[in-house]
Amino acid sequence: MDTFTQIVIAAISSGTPLLFAALGGILIERSGIIQLGAEGIMLLGAVISCMTFIQTGSLPLALLAVAGISIALGLVHAFMTVTLRANQTVSGLAMTLFGTGLSAYLGKSVAGTPVPGSVPKLDLDFLDGVPFLGDVFGHLNVLTWFSFALVVVLHLFIHRTSWGLHLRAIGDNPATADVMGIRVQTFRYGYVIAGTILIGLAGADMLLAYSPTWTEGMTAGRGWIAVALIIFARWNPIRALLCAYFFGAMDTIGFKIQLIGSEIPSYFLKMIPYIVTILVLMYLGWRSRNKLSGTPQSLGLPYIREQRF
Amino acid sequence: MKKINRTWSASLVFVVMMALVLSGCGKANNNGNAGPSASSAGSASPSASGSASASPSASGSASASPSASSSGEGIANPRVAFVYIGPPGDGGWTYQHDLGVKYMEKELGIKADTVENVPESADAERIITELAQNHDIIFTTSFGYMDYTLNVAKKFPKVKFEHAGGYKTSDNMATYFGKNWEASYLSGMAAGKMTKKNHLGYVAAFPIPELIYNINAFTLGAQSVNKEVKVDVVWTNTWFDPTTERNAAVSLLDKGADVLMAYQDSPASLQAAAEKGAMAGGNDSDMTRYAPAAYLTNPIWNWGPYYVQKVKALMDGTWTNAQYLGSFVDGMVDIAPIGESVPDDVKKLVEDQKAKFLAGEDNIYSGPILDQGGAEKIPSGKSLTDAEILEMNWFVQGVVGTIPQ
Repeated sequence: MDTFTQIVIAAISSGTPLLFAALGGILIERSGIIQLGAEGIMLLGAVISCMTFIQTGSLPLALLAVAGISIALGLVHAFMTVTLRANQTVSGLAMTLFGTGLSAYLGKSVAGTPVPGSVPKLDLDFLDGVPFLGDVFGHLNVLTWFSFALVVVLHLFIHRTSWGLHLRAIGDNPATADVMGIRVQTFRYGYVIAGTILIGLAGADMLLAYSPTWTEGMTAGRGWIAVALIIFARWNPIRALLCAYFFGAMDTIGFKIQLIGSEIPSYFLKMIPYIVTILVLMYLGWRSRNKLSGTPQSLGLPYIREQRF
Repeated sequence: MKKINRTWSASLVFVVMMALVLSGCGKANNNGNAGPSASSAGSASPSASGSASASPSASGSASASPSASSSGEGIANPRVAFVYIGPPGDGGWTYQHDLGVKYMEKELGIKADTVENVPESADAERIITELAQNHDIIFTTSFGYMDYTLNVAKKFPKVKFEHAGGYKTSDNMATYFGKNWEASYLSGMAAGKMTKKNHLGYVAAFPIPELIYNINAFTLGAQSVNKEVKVDVVWTNTWFDPTTERNAAVSLLDKGADVLMAYQDSPASLQAAAEKGAMAGGNDSDMTRYAPAAYLTNPIWNWGPYYVQKVKALMDGTWTNAQYLGSFVDGMVDIAPIGESVPDDVKKLVEDQKAKFLAGEDNIYSGPILDQGGAEKIPSGKSLTDAEILEMNWFVQGVVGTIPQ
């Protein structure tokens, strides 16, 4: 296996939780609601999946429990931001603080206990021996395949269906969408909840497929990276996939460079992802300086039916 | 305008609600710890009552001769506090300290207060200061607390401070640590025997002497049973981040290492090695349960007896500000039970060497030892003193990797 293949494999495995969280965030933000709670929701998703898996020994139940807690969190966020029209940034930050604290509290009972099993792998034996493809895609777990499928489905959904058109409409101009007969509030509720489920799943993926023991604060800031990825990917699922894997690769490239025996200090290598992020953002900003940035036009603005803009 | 007000007040209500829930959780925890200790303070000697300890001049009856390094009069019911860098559930470093605290509580029949997740920053100084106002002895259990502990120790001359892993002391501040390099040597021996490719990997946290002398000891141990072996080192620059640790471990495995050792606080490297059919050890505590078949062994800490000894000394009035260095001899340092995949002859080899450490007769840093460049760092017939080992800043021959300066 050459170095490039190794980096691709590592990029996919550490990029998948980021991808799930970014996709969830895209769905929420496309409907016009800011989502800054990813870190807390991921931690809660991770701890709930761990507790349920250990208690019941059943992986589907664990995933269902994650969906359950995510629906509850999504409902709270939607109620705060859509119905009460509370400040979306504050609600999201509260979600992060709440999730971090609650997950640490709940996790005390399962800290240090490994989960009984792992996510089943999809063994594509016919790929064995095929260079690159066989190594990368031959034995991925089902959650990773699900994330691939999700990227395609969400891309088609947002850009090729009338439902997607409605989604973009309520994110860009809810008043117009409302006039067209689209139920803005109902859809926003739906998308916030659906997106929160995906973010919860990101936490579950991190725990079940990546680091199979609950440890307090295990996301270590990756929820925030997912928030940045949404902007980085300009609210587009395909670009989210590329960006998530790019960050995943950056997680491992620093170690590769250390192991080649370079004299670059490891502190500097740790800075690479962030430096590259800034550079790429500058490049993208420069290239699209005369175009729309892709930001949903009404992102962060509560919609009040009778209000004039 | 009205609408904006409503928005803000709604979100404020939400935040306050969340904060209440959180603080509720926190309080429930603290009460569990603080309750018994507070009651013990009530029944304690006069020196412990009220805020006397905060204002040294006001307390006539406070424990005598605070300036001496030995505290003189004892304290019948000392109020003990511990500062933790992580959660007790980390399964490693803090977990072992917490076991030690529980052991001490059981042996002496007193309750200790613990504060978890204290960052190694100015926050630490604030928390230690708060604790110093109503405790008699405070254990700060991470290297990074050194200067903060010292600052607070100067402000509270009557309170005793115990800092793990550092090198600075004062009249009322002692340090404690152990010769865990001897245990690293033993895990190195096991690793050197178990590797099939003569290629070991070391996931290292920070480039500080503690890591360097452990990596060197691990390498020397491996070389003592396998001349061909080399050890690749990567730095993660974090004590605790399972994802990063895992990436580091996978990079080492990808490069061809087949036995890993991780001086980190989570079992992520062991789990990564197990998935790839390699073997590994962790750090600080027995990690068998995470991957029994892939587990090698690793150094572990046993802090309980030391905590009993020092708190008892405070009760008897014989506390000193010594720089304590434990080892196999007193049991502060040990190695975890060797993994089930390791054959008996290797176990025997390790046990024999452990017996030598137990007898206190073997110094692993005895010449001739060469550094990475082949220069003779320790000439034959010479051995390093403990003090020299504790400030080591060079790698022995056989280690592949650099120490960032």
